[in-house]
Amino acid sequence: MSFIGKSVKRIEDKRFLTGKGKYTDDIKLVGMTHAHIVRSPYAHAKVLSIDTAAAKAHDGVVAVFVGSDIEGIVGVPTGWQVNFKNGDTMKEPAHPLLVRDNVRHVGDAVAVVIAETKEIARDAADLVEVDYDVMDAVTDPKKATAPGAPQVHPDAPNNICFDWELGNPVEEVDAALASAHHVTTLEFINQRMIPNAMEPRSAIGHYDDALDKYTLYTSTQNPHLIRLLLCAFVLGIPEHKVRIVSHDVGGGFGSKIFHYTEEALMVWVSKQINRPVKWTSDRSEAFMTDAHGRDHVTTANMGFDKDGKIVALKSDTFANMGAYLATFAPAVPTYLHGTLLQGLYTTPLINVNVVAAFTHTNSVDAYRGAGRPEATYLLERLIDLGALEMDMDPAELRKKNFIPAFDGIEQPGYQTQVALQYDSGDYQPVLDKALEMVGYEDFRAEQKKSLENGKLLGIGFSTYVEACGIAPSAVVGALGARAGLFESAQVRVQPTGKVSVYTGSHSHGQGHETTFVQVVADKLGIPMEDVDLIHGDSDAVAFGMGTYGSRSLAVGGSAIVKSIEKVLEKGAKIAAHKLEASVDDLDYAEGKWTVKGTDRSIAFGDVSLTAYVPHDYPADLEPGLDFSSFYDPANFTYPFGCHIAIVEIDKETGKVKLKRFIAVDDVGNVINPMIVDGQIHGGLAQGIGQALLEGAIYDEGGQLINGSYMDYTMPRADDLPSFEIDRTVTPCPHNPLGVKGAGEAGCIGSTPAVVNAVIDALWKAGHKVKDIQMPMTSERVWNAMNN
Amino acid sequence: MEITVKVNGKQVTREVEGRTTLSTFLREDLSLTGTHIGCDTSGCGACTVHVDGKAVKSCTLLAGQVDGCEVKTIEGLAENGKMHPLQDSFKEKHGLQCGFCTPGMIMLVSDFLETNPSPSEDEIRHALEGNFCRCTGYHNIVAAIKDAAETMSA
Repeated sequence: MSFIGKSVKRIEDKRFLTGKGKYTDDIKLVGMTHAHIVRSPYAHAKVLSIDTAAAKAHDGVVAVFVGSDIEGIVGVPTGWQVNFKNGDTMKEPAHPLLVRDNVRHVGDAVAVVIAETKEIARDAADLVEVDYDVMDAVTDPKKATAPGAPQVHPDAPNNICFDWELGNPVEEVDAALASAHHVTTLEFINQRMIPNAMEPRSAIGHYDDALDKYTLYTSTQNPHLIRLLLCAFVLGIPEHKVRIVSHDVGGGFGSKIFHYTEEALMVWVSKQINRPVKWTSDRSEAFMTDAHGRDHVTTANMGFDKDGKIVALKSDTFANMGAYLATFAPAVPTYLHGTLLQGLYTTPLINVNVVAAFTHTNSVDAYRGAGRPEATYLLERLIDLGALEMDMDPAELRKKNFIPAFDGIEQPGYQTQVALQYDSGDYQPVLDKALEMVGYEDFRAEQKKSLENGKLLGIGFSTYVEACGIAPSAVVGALGARAGLFESAQVRVQPTGKVSVYTGSHSHGQGHETTFVQVVADKLGIPMEDVDLIHGDSDAVAFGMGTYGSRSLAVGGSAIVKSIEKVLEKGAKIAAHKLEASVDDLDYAEGKWTVKGTDRSIAFGDVSLTAYVPHDYPADLEPGLDFSSFYDPANFTYPFGCHIAIVEIDKETGKVKLKRFIAVDDVGNVINPMIVDGQIHGGLAQGIGQALLEGAIYDEGGQLINGSYMDYTMPRADDLPSFEIDRTVTPCPHNPLGVKGAGEAGCIGSTPAVVNAVIDALWKAGHKVKDIQMPMTSERVWNAMNN
Repeated sequence: MEITVKVNGKQVTREVEGRTTLSTFLREDLSLTGTHIGCDTSGCGACTVHVDGKAVKSCTLLAGQVDGCEVKTIEGLAENGKMHPLQDSFKEKHGLQCGFCTPGMIMLVSDFLETNPSPSEDEIRHALEGNFCRCTGYHNIVAAIKDAAETMSA
């Protein structure tokens, strides 16, 4: 039975389509109380006093806690250490569960009110009186590092978290730029994004005093890592006494990777009141406190020789960390961004500098793509602008600079100037295919003709490579990660030959319950109905590193394959015994072992039954058929692709209409094409959203002024066209499935394609603007045409 | 106040606070958690249900306002164990990923297709503009709706 490569319809759909999904806020426990968190309305203020008397006296209130009630608990940690280029240690201020001294961003938690109902908790929270001494705030990462800027933390001078460098010596890069035929320079802001998973975060803490055991139900992408951080770093409670459950999670996009203060707070509160307690974010809180993404202020230079070959690249970035370091924050602008600035080009000299700064804003961490969209934006804006400035064709300029094809087997991986070694790549075919799909020559003719008729059409390219399958533990450990990034899997064959698979990956939309089952059923040659996937419960699954960085199939799937291999190896010994044959004489196919060249065979289910009823059994073999594996990848995986946008600009209003979007992605082998296409679609919408519609806006005082769906313009159905997508397949050479990961590709490639298309339209109409700040609202585009 | 509502064909009478929204009433009082709450400004549409046959955002109505009305939620859409064509089409065309917006989408569109049985892509996209999906980029939701419309008018 072959399932790999088929668009099998999703197993998980039925419960979602009938309203039977089980998200954290759907859970009700006996005796459960409800929490409401009192949050700062100011970006930077000293907390002079907190009066909780009236709230405590309110009918139905169970308890009220403030920061001084949880002395001894420092706060939630970060999971990655990135040091200064001079060797100094990264500045790592505490992120307390409830602040005790100063609030440092709008939404910082000051107190928590626990009551019998959600409504009472909210009413009573209004009765908590907090006296603030408001101070000046800083929200821009570059301004934050200027002398005299308001300070976020006393122990991080000039608000600098670290000042980091990667690549070739800056003097060599500067010299190459100085002697280049042409240098394209761009100063730009990759604006702050708010992930906006549709399910608001929710956490239920439940301390059971009879068992002395804690359960945390939480909307996380990452249950085991949350348990590890919660136990070992935050509350100091024993790990074997804590269970983390995350059943259905309504989207993550990065924002649910991290260990949030509310999770630890609910566990701690539950112990204090000896009752379960639920907190569910409302959307306003989500805007203020779900970790944001991007927020880079960058100056970059790309030098070309007279033939258009790139001779050097230099970039200087100020990366906003927000007020506190979230779980992976330091890694995002450095090892997930600086390391990708080779792109898919042969650039011989690259220097990257990143200053990470604290500001009076919410934390910034991984948002779909996490560093790789920023790297792709930087490179693809520069090369497209370079083509315009040098009057060259943007597709031809890319072709001149592509790294030649390498499969990672016959030809070695490609060693970049910025630490990584790409596994396999064949870049020109994705561009050629996309050019064919778009009808490039015809489009250029149409563009010219349209201009004569007063219509502004533009085409924008983006060719990208990214790093997924995060990550080889030894490599990331050397780069400052405080965790390994392997994955675990258990394949438990039941006596009747039915199979339960336990994975440390977590599905929150990706369809693992289908894709992973396809892999298992395919490899074992049994029906998909005979296989079930269990995830999202730390008591059921041995261990896990969660789902992010497009890692689940490449790392989690590979761990499953390892366990399947062990099942088949032991199964063969049992089969050989029953068939009175040698293991070497057996073939396994279609769910049975057969003695080669005969019709003597034994079915998978008969072997599994024998393993659990071992009456007639090999003497040296343990009973049972149940194997766990841990898989640590040999390298990252490197998907790549080409995205092309076609836009039309309304001359009168500056409104940009995205007319077509073409994406050709290479994500390695594909298990379920339908699901991979769906991942690409969703990523495209988010990447296009950044280009045209979205962006967090903090005012000078640190107020988030578009923190609602009335103000933050996430893409709606009528903002987008149907997408035109296709793929090429260049297998990953170092994992058993040959897969590379598809979760982020759409979001990584698409943003610069749209911006480049708008810039192209303007240049062709004689407006030689280098940049338009995203999101490219009609006002900004109109100004670009008229100033 | 006391209200009596027919929910998914069954009459229920409950005591509710004046400020209780229909979405909270469905989720907390009746444990119909298929109706989701995704925002606090009526912007996301995850809470869409039918009141007297019309799609409404249940966070914008007070429970008291539906006293005497008929309410249908996602849990009541399949009839006698047979899925609504939209439920089948969303599965067939991969019109859902995390599933959080899905009940609201389906309740919205099941009403929309009553008034416009064979919509164009533009009409579908316009009809969806009150409901967010962050996973699918809407591509396959649009495809699912086209597919269901064809099935239903066949």
